[in-house]
Amino acid sequence: MSDTSLQEMPKASSLSRDVWNQFRVHRGAMAGLVIFTLIVLAVIFGPMIHTVDPGFMNIRLRNAPPSWANPMGTDNLGRDIFAQVLQGGRVSLAVGITAMLLALFLGALIGVLAGYYKRLDGPLMRFTDLFLALPLLPLLLVIIMLFRDTLRQAFGPETGIFFLIVFIIGITSWMQTARIVRGDVLALKEREFVLAARSIGTPSRRIILRHILPNVISPIMVSATLGVANAIITESALSFLGLGFPPDFPTWGRLLFDGKDFLTLTPERVFWPGLAISLTVLSVNYIGDGLRDALDPHIRGR
Amino acid sequence: MRDDVEGKPLVEVRNLKMYFPIYKGILRRQVGQVKAVDDVSFTVHEGETLGLVGESGCGKSTCGRAILRLYDPTDGSVILDGTDIASLNTDDLRQMRTDMQMIFQDPQASLNPKMTVERIISEPLIEHRKGMSAKERSDRVGELMDAVGLNRTFANRYPHEFSGGQRQRIGIARALALSPRFIVCDEPIAALDVSIQAQVVNLLEDLQQKMGLTYLFISHDLSMVRHLATRVAVMYLGQIMELAPSGQLYSDPKHPYTKALLSAVPEPDPREESRRDRIILQGDVPSPANPPTGCNFCTRCPVAQPLCHQVSPDWREIEPGRFVSCHFAE
Repeated sequence: MSDTSLQEMPKASSLSRDVWNQFRVHRGAMAGLVIFTLIVLAVIFGPMIHTVDPGFMNIRLRNAPPSWANPMGTDNLGRDIFAQVLQGGRVSLAVGITAMLLALFLGALIGVLAGYYKRLDGPLMRFTDLFLALPLLPLLLVIIMLFRDTLRQAFGPETGIFFLIVFIIGITSWMQTARIVRGDVLALKEREFVLAARSIGTPSRRIILRHILPNVISPIMVSATLGVANAIITESALSFLGLGFPPDFPTWGRLLFDGKDFLTLTPERVFWPGLAISLTVLSVNYIGDGLRDALDPHIRGR
Repeated sequence: MRDDVEGKPLVEVRNLKMYFPIYKGILRRQVGQVKAVDDVSFTVHEGETLGLVGESGCGKSTCGRAILRLYDPTDGSVILDGTDIASLNTDDLRQMRTDMQMIFQDPQASLNPKMTVERIISEPLIEHRKGMSAKERSDRVGELMDAVGLNRTFANRYPHEFSGGQRQRIGIARALALSPRFIVCDEPIAALDVSIQAQVVNLLEDLQQKMGLTYLFISHDLSMVRHLATRVAVMYLGQIMELAPSGQLYSDPKHPYTKALLSAVPEPDPREESRRDRIILQGDVPSPANPPTGCNFCTRCPVAQPLCHQVSPDWREIEPGRFVSCHFAE
């Protein structure tokens, strides 16, 4: 006891540093991070290096196999597929990540409120059930009919439709997260450390931020990584139905659906955008996995 | 052991009731209530340790939590130093929290697994000492870790890296952070193994002497309570059956339930043990949702009379400082 008082308090090691150190150990996560960074960089800077206009039609070079001029070949109208994949990636990634963030925010908010406040539990969960029971396609049709033109006028055709799609995907995919989070919060708030925080006099909002949220981070992480993939695929389904971006505006999903009719003739048309989607989804999943491990002190521990 | 402590009362519990409603059916109508704490009154004097003993499910922990207003009591008042905690509004209650703290039963569950020891111990300081700089806070955490016998170099570790006894020390350090006057110890040693129990109990005693703390010590370990407590209250089915200075309660129990409880403590000597008369109670504890009429203990009492089944006994002082809830205790 006597010599403990002589020791200095250790410097608080920063949480982000610990998390990064653990994250680096996770091989899959590091591979995922590298691949995801490469995809993002390619999508942002690629069109500056590969300067072919994705909309330029070279009718004489239809369905061309890969060559130096067209690294992924051309489609049935002679457009360069590589340029389209790069261009489409910008939209798909932006839609995927923003829609995921929106869904995550809604899901976590509703889940935590429903789990923590008993009075809100019933109404909020019935509200969640309501959204789960909604037939999505008719809902989407109605929303798009109502808002497409006003949004297009306000933000221009592409940005307007971008907001609309992000909003639609966001508000139709938060329910799973909300349910999972609610369940975890219900179990957590009965734990004694929450009671201890209340006996200290911590107000509810800080109990949620300090004690509840950090402990439900792993299910949120998992739904986040799955959410990106889901959003990209939903966007392509919407575009396919003619409800999304205009037909000449490339996104990964759009390219996939356009290419499927030519599967026997030029299978690489489906292959490249499909590969891009799969790699993105896979790398995001691994990043999420690594992050979840890195945020857990049990695994991070020595 | 000090049997003669008659300091000024620090905490006064008057007719405290804590009922939990039972809802049933599709309409969630209230069909009854669990009387977890049913009309309990006692005082805790400054500087003493009041032991609260009883079997599992008799309402000990609920009583402790209701006193700290972790539950909103159904009825009654808890007066800490002139202020009624049971009827305070949220803001005033928050201010009062600095005077009363709790040490929890399960040190594993009472520490947030995602927070370092330093963050856990400094949480009360962050909440109540807004003027403190980060440096002062860190120094205070260091002092507290010294006070409970934890190495300061552990400050950046997480709870899962500690043993049970060390975790309980973290919990004690957190409870001490605001220098409270009254601490409810909710079975602080029940989850620890015996060798560690002694360490933690000694630590609690040392801290009490140094800081002049007042404890409400909830436990089902009769020998530990005998060692630690100045006075002891015995609870059964939500009510206090007997309250007496520790020495008198153990040497001369008045209430039949206390007698039965004490006779359950085994003798170390096997020859003594085999010769000893044990009072073995028949039947089970009645449900607190449906307690018997009359005395709560009448269904199992070996000396129950017809009167006991009809009239609930008064809480009376039979000798100075000795309270019993029984018609026939002398």
